[in-house]
Amino acid sequence: MGKLPMRARVATTLGGAAGRMSRLAGRGDGSVIGGVIGLRVEPGLLSLLAADRQIVLVTGTNGKTTTTRLISSALSALGEEVASNAFGANMEAGLAAALGQSPEAPYAVLETDEKYIPAVLRATNARVVALLNLSRDQMDRAAEIWLLARRWREAFEAAPDCRVVANVDDPLIAWAASGAHQVTWVAAGQRWHEDSWCCPRCGSHLRRDDLGWRCHECEFSRPSARWVLDGSSVIDSAGRVTELGLALPGRANRSNAVMALAVAEVFGVDPAAALQKMRSVTSVAGRYTQVERDGRQVRLLLAKNPAGWLEAFDVLEPAPVPVLLSVNAQVPDGRDTSWLWDVDYRVVRDRPVFVSGERGLDLAVRLEADGVPFQMVSGIDDAVSRVSPGGTLDVIANYTAFQQIRTAVGRAA
Amino acid sequence: MGAHARGPANLRLVWVYPDLLSTYGDRGNLLVLERRARLRGIGVEAVSVNSDQPVPRYGDIYLLGGGEDLPQVLAARRLRADGGLAAAAAQGSVVFAVCAGYQLIGTEFGGDEGQPVAGLEMLDIRSGRGERRGVGEILADVDPALGVPRLSGFENHQGVTQIGPGARPLARVLTGVGNGDGTEGAYADRVLGTYMHGPALVRNPALADLLLTWAVGELPPLDGEYEAWTTRFREQRLAAVPVS
Repeated sequence: MGKLPMRARVATTLGGAAGRMSRLAGRGDGSVIGGVIGLRVEPGLLSLLAADRQIVLVTGTNGKTTTTRLISSALSALGEEVASNAFGANMEAGLAAALGQSPEAPYAVLETDEKYIPAVLRATNARVVALLNLSRDQMDRAAEIWLLARRWREAFEAAPDCRVVANVDDPLIAWAASGAHQVTWVAAGQRWHEDSWCCPRCGSHLRRDDLGWRCHECEFSRPSARWVLDGSSVIDSAGRVTELGLALPGRANRSNAVMALAVAEVFGVDPAAALQKMRSVTSVAGRYTQVERDGRQVRLLLAKNPAGWLEAFDVLEPAPVPVLLSVNAQVPDGRDTSWLWDVDYRVVRDRPVFVSGERGLDLAVRLEADGVPFQMVSGIDDAVSRVSPGGTLDVIANYTAFQQIRTAVGRAA
Repeated sequence: MGAHARGPANLRLVWVYPDLLSTYGDRGNLLVLERRARLRGIGVEAVSVNSDQPVPRYGDIYLLGGGEDLPQVLAARRLRADGGLAAAAAQGSVVFAVCAGYQLIGTEFGGDEGQPVAGLEMLDIRSGRGERRGVGEILADVDPALGVPRLSGFENHQGVTQIGPGARPLARVLTGVGNGDGTEGAYADRVLGTYMHGPALVRNPALADLLLTWAVGELPPLDGEYEAWTTRFREQRLAAVPVS
C-alpha cells in the first residue's frame, strides 16, 4: 500500500474501518459500505488500487460468482495472493473494497456487473475479461442485452492490452468479443437459445447445427475454439482430453471451469495444477450447499433468470426427490415476474413440487398452465416437514428467496 | 367469426417472430390462450413463425411480443415485406400485440436512434420515444364497450403513442404510464395492442377470453383449479398496486 497516494490511503483505511464496523453490526460481509466510503473520499480509488496489478474481470448473466471463485482458485497455483470480491459485491464499491482489503496481492479476480464493464475496464486496465453468457435478466432494471453487447464491443475496441476470454457458443458474446484486439475462444456451451436466434451483426435468423451457429446473410459464424468443453471433459489446445472431476455439480459449472482454465492459461498456470485447485471448490456463497434440516438433507440452488433455471433443473436429484420452488420479486430479484413464462417447468412434472415465496401465486398460475401438480407451502420448514425423514429436498430459489431460505437454515456454509 | 374461421374444434394461434419479438415472458400469452381454449374443449393448433419463415394467412389469433429497438425495426421491415399478417387482419383475424409489437402494427414508431420507422398500418396509432422509461405496475380501466374488468400488468418501455381517429383507447390509466396521455393501449375491429408487456393475458383472463370470443364466438365461463389460482393471483396483484 506504500505506493498509494495519501488520499487513496486515507480512503482505503476509512473504507476498511467502515467495513469492519458493518460486519460487527451484522450487516453482511461489509465489503460494499467500505467501498462506498472509500470512493466518496477518493473517486479515482479503483484506478489507484488497480495500478500495477494483473486484473481479471468476470462478467455475464449467469455463473459470475462461481467462475470468479474458480479462477481465483486456479491462480492460487501461482503461489501469490489473489484479491477477489468473493461474495458477489460486483459494482464499483465492491471492487474497490476487494482490492483495498488485499493491498499487496499482485493478482485480482473481480466479478463485475455487466453494465459496469466499460467503466471498470477503463479504470483498472484489466489484463483479461472473461465473458460467460448473456441472456434476459431482471429487465425492469438491467440494460437490454443487445445494447450491453454493443457497449462491451466498443470498450474492447478501445483496450488493446486486454485479452477477452469468450464463450463462442453464445452468439451475442462472440459478437461482443470479436471487437477485442486479443481473444481466446472457448467452446463452453450454452443451453439457453431464446436470446440468440438472430445474428447480432445483421439481425437475420441464425442457423444452428451440431457444429454451432452461422448467419446465412452476413456470414458471421461461430469462431473455432482453443478450449472445448466435451461432456465431463475439457479438450485443450493441444488436443489433450482431461476429465474435469469437479466437486461442483452440473453442466453450467463445467462450463465455468473451462472458462477458468482458459483464463488461467493467460497467466501461465499449468492446466493440471489449475484443475487440482478448482476441484477443491465445493460450495460458492451458499450455492450448492447441502445442509441437514430436521433429519432431511436440503440442497440449495440459486436461479435468477430463465437461463439459470434451465441449468438448475440439470442439477436436480433424479425423481422422485421433491423440489421446493421459491420466488420473490424484490428489487434485487427484479420487480417483474414475466420471466417465469420463459421457463419450461414441465421437467419437474415427475416429482412432488412445493411452491413458496412472496410471489408464490405467480408461480402457481405458471405451473398450472404447464400442467405441473404442486402444493403451496408456507416456507422451507413446511416443505421439509412434507419430506420423509431421512429423505432429500432440492430447493431452487431466486435471489432474495434464496437468501431468506439460507438464513432460515442457518447459513451453514 | 372471421370469413376463414374454422369453428370451435380448431383454433389456430400464430406467434409471430418469437426469434425477434420475445423479450420477457411473451410465451405466456400463447400458453394462456391455448389453455383457456382447451379447457373449453376447443382444439388448438399453435404455431411459432420465425423471421425467416412466411407468416401464414390462416391463423385465427396472431400474437406479437416485445423486443429491443433493433429487433423491432427488423421485425417491422420483414413483416411489411411478407404481407401475411396484414392480409390476415384484413380478412378478420384477431391480432394481439404487446409493447414493441403494439408500436409496430401502427403507422409509425421510433427506431433505435429515435428515427421514425414505418409500421404495418394495421392500427391507427403513431408512436415515438418519450422522455423517460416507464417501468412498473400498471392499472387501467377498460373501455366499457368491451366488457372487460380492470387491467393489471407490468410495463417497461420508453414509447409514447397517439391514437388516431381510426382506433380507440383500450383503457384509461389509473396507475402507470401507458400511451403517455392517460390512456393505455388501443383497438379497432379485432386488432388490439397494449403496453402491458410480456404475459399480459395471464393477469387479465377476461381480456384473453375477449380475444377468444372474437375468434370463435361465445364461450362458457371457466371454473376449476386453473381459474381458482388465476383469480387468487389476479386479486393479489390488484390489491398490491395502489390506484394513484
